[in-house]
Amino acid sequence: MTEFLDTWGITAMVFVPLLGVALMMAMPKTMEPAIKGVALATSLASAFFGVLLLTNFNYDDSASMQFVQDVSWIEIINTRYNVGIDGISLPLIALTLLVTPLVIIYSWNHIPKPGNAKAFLILMLILHTGMLGTFVAKDLILFFVFFEVVLLPMYFMIGVWGGPQRLYASIKFFLYTLFGSALMLVSFLALYWLTGSESFDIVKLGELVSTSDITHGTQVLLFGGMFMGFGIKVPMFPFHTWLPDAHTQAPTQGSVILAAVLLKLGTYGFIRIALPTLPEAAVTWAPWIGLLAVIGIIYGALGCLAQTDMKRLIAFSSVAHMGYVMLGISTLTDFGINAAIFGMVAHGLITGMLFFIAGSVKERYHTLEIKRLGGLLLQAPRMGWILGFATMASLGLPGLAGFWGEFPAILSAYNPAPGLSTGLFRGYMVVAALGTVLAAGYLLWLLQRTAFGKPSEEFADDPEIVDAVLSEWIAWVPFLILIVVLGFFPGLIFDITDAPSTAIGDMFKVLDK
Amino acid sequence: MIFSAENVDAESVAWIFENVWLVPALPALSFFLILFFGKKLPKRGAEIGIFSVGLAFGLAVFATFTWITQINDSQSEKTDESYAALSIEGEPSQKVILTADDGAVRGKPIITEVEWFSIGGSSDSHSEEEAPSETSKENKTAIDSPAIVAIAAEDSSDSEADKSDDYATAHSESDAPAISIGTWVDGQSVMMLFVVTLVSLLVHVYSTDYVHGDRRFTHYFAFLSLFTSAMLFMVLSSSTLQLIVGWELVGVCSFALIGHWWEDKPNSDAALKAFLTNRVGDIGLLIGMTVLYFAADKSFSIEKINQMAVLSGQEGGIDKGLLTIAALCLMAAVMSKSGQFILHTWLPDAMAGPTPVSALIHAATMVVAGVYMIGRLYPVFWEGLTIAGSNINAMALIGAITTVGGGLLAFVQRDIKKVLAYSTVSQLGYMVLALGVGAYTAGMFHLFTHAFFKACLFLGAGSVSHACHHSFDMKADMGGLRKYMPKTFATFMIGSLALAGIPPLAGFWSKDEILAGAGVWPGTGGNGTYYIPFIFGMLTAAMTAAYMTRVIWLTFFGTYRGHEKPHESGSRITIPLIVLAGLASVVGFLNMPSPFVETLGLPKSWAHKFEDWVEPAGIATFVGKANGFTHAKPSLSLAIVATLCAVGAGGAVLAYYKKLYAKDPQATEYSDGFLAKVPPLRAGYAFLTNKYYLDHLYSGVIAAGTKGPVAKAAYWFNQNVLDQVINVAGKLSVFVGRFIYRFIDQGTIDGLVNASGRGASESGESLRQVQSGQVRHYAVMMFAAAALLAAVFMVDF
Repeated sequence: MTEFLDTWGITAMVFVPLLGVALMMAMPKTMEPAIKGVALATSLASAFFGVLLLTNFNYDDSASMQFVQDVSWIEIINTRYNVGIDGISLPLIALTLLVTPLVIIYSWNHIPKPGNAKAFLILMLILHTGMLGTFVAKDLILFFVFFEVVLLPMYFMIGVWGGPQRLYASIKFFLYTLFGSALMLVSFLALYWLTGSESFDIVKLGELVSTSDITHGTQVLLFGGMFMGFGIKVPMFPFHTWLPDAHTQAPTQGSVILAAVLLKLGTYGFIRIALPTLPEAAVTWAPWIGLLAVIGIIYGALGCLAQTDMKRLIAFSSVAHMGYVMLGISTLTDFGINAAIFGMVAHGLITGMLFFIAGSVKERYHTLEIKRLGGLLLQAPRMGWILGFATMASLGLPGLAGFWGEFPAILSAYNPAPGLSTGLFRGYMVVAALGTVLAAGYLLWLLQRTAFGKPSEEFADDPEIVDAVLSEWIAWVPFLILIVVLGFFPGLIFDITDAPSTAIGDMFKVLDK
Repeated sequence: MIFSAENVDAESVAWIFENVWLVPALPALSFFLILFFGKKLPKRGAEIGIFSVGLAFGLAVFATFTWITQINDSQSEKTDESYAALSIEGEPSQKVILTADDGAVRGKPIITEVEWFSIGGSSDSHSEEEAPSETSKENKTAIDSPAIVAIAAEDSSDSEADKSDDYATAHSESDAPAISIGTWVDGQSVMMLFVVTLVSLLVHVYSTDYVHGDRRFTHYFAFLSLFTSAMLFMVLSSSTLQLIVGWELVGVCSFALIGHWWEDKPNSDAALKAFLTNRVGDIGLLIGMTVLYFAADKSFSIEKINQMAVLSGQEGGIDKGLLTIAALCLMAAVMSKSGQFILHTWLPDAMAGPTPVSALIHAATMVVAGVYMIGRLYPVFWEGLTIAGSNINAMALIGAITTVGGGLLAFVQRDIKKVLAYSTVSQLGYMVLALGVGAYTAGMFHLFTHAFFKACLFLGAGSVSHACHHSFDMKADMGGLRKYMPKTFATFMIGSLALAGIPPLAGFWSKDEILAGAGVWPGTGGNGTYYIPFIFGMLTAAMTAAYMTRVIWLTFFGTYRGHEKPHESGSRITIPLIVLAGLASVVGFLNMPSPFVETLGLPKSWAHKFEDWVEPAGIATFVGKANGFTHAKPSLSLAIVATLCAVGAGGAVLAYYKKLYAKDPQATEYSDGFLAKVPPLRAGYAFLTNKYYLDHLYSGVIAAGTKGPVAKAAYWFNQNVLDQVINVAGKLSVFVGRFIYRFIDQGTIDGLVNASGRGASESGESLRQVQSGQVRHYAVMMFAAAALLAAVFMVDF
């Protein structure tokens, strides 16, 4: 068993969904329940392999890659099928494995218009493979391929099943991301050629860069290419404008996956690829990344305050929250990177939950306009409570998961890596702390306007407005539980991420000497 | 170190001290039970709440007695001159640490910690995979003193050899220590456990009647439990991180309870205001704790932070400048949480919640959290703000301004709860002032006594409102109530007298001690000469008596102005009142000054018991330093003068109302009084009724400004600048794409591609085709661009 896991475990986890896709393609469209069953079973099968991997993972050695499979893939360009899991990717893989089945369960009676569960779920499973693949890839080209694979299903999800502006939103999402990844690919290729490497292995490339004679200026440029690719995906200010449109137009499931996992591909890329391969350039870039991060925190919050649409508000809050994650990364310290990974998982759970609620509100009220809503707590008390809970988590309340992404990031900015200006980062720290007030402001304002008060007359006696139903409960409860559990036992993630984060942090400590 | 092994037989630390986590855990459990099962129970959840808080109270009482016994035992040992027993292997140096300036023995904190999580550099040293709930293995009970580091280290190496085994595995291996969660038992926390659980229990009982029939009765009790639990969790914090968690949980519970009747917008507005104002202060909390974390060699441990703060200016101490920054940041947090000027504005609005909640917030939980934190990290403030030997510092000044500013506002309120709310602001200012002038024990003592009489007053106000058909308007709906509700009247009277500092009630003792602590009155000594705080404190003493006289008159004397006959409340309301009034009468005797005790011929050991029990050992370590800590000496003349001030002010107000009553029994104010005649006074009155215009500034200018113009401008920028750049770029690339397609692609590539591509250019007709067309387009373009750019790199370098 362990032998199988050591070699084929990851591959099984990543590609099992594609088997499901093949099966579903062969099934006629009309067999909807069966199709849903196959989709769920496949995602659970993937999760099953994932759980096996997670239980066999050696947590004492979370800094090193485990279950590595490294075989030749496209020989002509020296790219290999090279995958593994370490403490940085593990939490994100776990998050992905959790989110997809829950989204499929939610889809049971929430297939958005114009229907066609078959196509919708097939896309979802392809997306699942893409996301997992990105998190396990150790080879740059493989990473790039998975990174792009993710794009298409989401593009169709928004473009076909989205809201009235879906065309514009989906194309914007697709092109913007693609633009960034083009530059990223340039950097990958240039890195490969300039180092004279014989493979695209991330670790090896990092080692080669440190011994090679690539000038600092070139490294900074290469980092810039990666920055565009990852930064747009995060998204960082000022490259975030695709996000509110994509989120607002996407169907609920799309928004949840987008918020929960897709945005993390960018931040993950920074931690996995950009920092370790180009550390010297990272030091040069870090103050700017930190600056954009704190601008994003304040700017995203202000954007939220100006919104009249619930879903768009939540979308903008992602800009602010990912700002904390990026601030943590930009400190180049163990603390900051730990905080960033925690922040990714926490944001995934919390914002995913908020999008679920927004979707269910939309389904019942047929609008998300904040001023028309109100009194959710009276009409659907349990949903109102969950909304309250999720907003509290989102504003970084200690005791819930959001806090552990936020406070350690602020804390890490007090003492950034050697070579970075302490005064500057302390300034960032203060601004980021200020952002917590704004976050509380827009979230509580949202809660007050939608959940508190009395329902407006147009909805007061609407029989369609019912409390959460079974499929919603099944999809939501794991989110709710995890938000609390991680809030009280942050060690569940920090104990895994600490070793690899420390390894990266140490790299920057040594760099200065 | 300590009180160690040999002393109180600490080998086996008292069971209750190791398991004191049960005290917050019980109400936390009760929260979940009520939430999930409460509605199905006959009393709809209230029984679970009362039972668990009652149990927690029992444990707290047990802890209190164990603690007191422990202190008393060690003191009697001292008087027996069996002093050696106190010190480990009789090292003389340790005696010094164990004694305060008057030779009394102080309680050392008993810290029980388990590892919470580790972060930052424990990659190879902390390999053990540990579920944080697995407490047994890592459980360490080190009875350490926040005393002198060097001795602590020496000590752990020999006399506690077996104990240090656990200790070492948990700590010394890793370079960045694991972050712990635990309980901190010392006089200060035990005192708070007692106060919080007692007041909470009484509030629970009271509420069963007061909110009877409420639409969310069950939720109300659930949050009452959670509120209590959060406060207890914070009180027991052994690390600053844990303190932050508890601090914020208290805040969110208050949000839920203040906004309990959220159907009406003013209530949810008040809840939002409370939460957001506290968030503003929390910036200071987060930054202050961050500064301390790094200053104390990356540690959240309160013990370590305090140790290093004491050593400020010496080797191994924290730089004084850092301490000052941290102390000022933390003061911002205190200002919001403990309602200090200028962040106090949420506190009177918090009256929107049910009255028993107000009692809980104002007496035992929430608002005293700030004061409690100052006490917990006292060395940080002591050194950071240079409390010793000074005339003024930020804390004392903020306290002084708050105490007078809040007191003034209390005069112009019609709402009985608002008077009490501003009185709380004023009294919290008193506590902060006390801590600011270095009168640690006096500040804590005032926190203690205030909890009882203020809870009594709030619950009394609730009882009055219950009788007057849920009105709180003293002028419109009250008057002459003493005849109708004698029990409420009597208890309210006792509470008011205690608040006004009339001897021998509780407030007198604590207030007097604070005034003495300012070190201004001849013969009091103290830690400095704080003239301004002293004068402000004196003013407040007079003002408090005056505005409470006004409240009493308007509520209980004169003629009844409401409609329908009022009635006395039921026993579930009056019994808590009687208990609290009883306590408000007697708890002051816990800290009688020695000269007083001697004059009365009482046993000498009855003097300053509260000080002996509550004052932490850390305080004693200031002794011997140049800026050491001393206790102010009591002064009979000061006590007399302060009392006369209060009595005089109260008497003047009484005379005013008597005269008014004689003129018109229904009147509540002179229609042609000074206010009408003298313009400057009228302006001053308007200034007060508008609450110094602070609310206008906050909600009208800052909040509305941010939400309005600033946010709108940012969003406009987003939509019309950032987004337009993208749209233009997009349109441009589509144009370029079409151009390439038409003139290059179509010209060179075969007709098959051509056909599908034509569909693509007729955008929008067929979604699938458009999409696949675009995608293909871009894939081609991207790879072309990538190859091109990569080539540029190759050529360039």
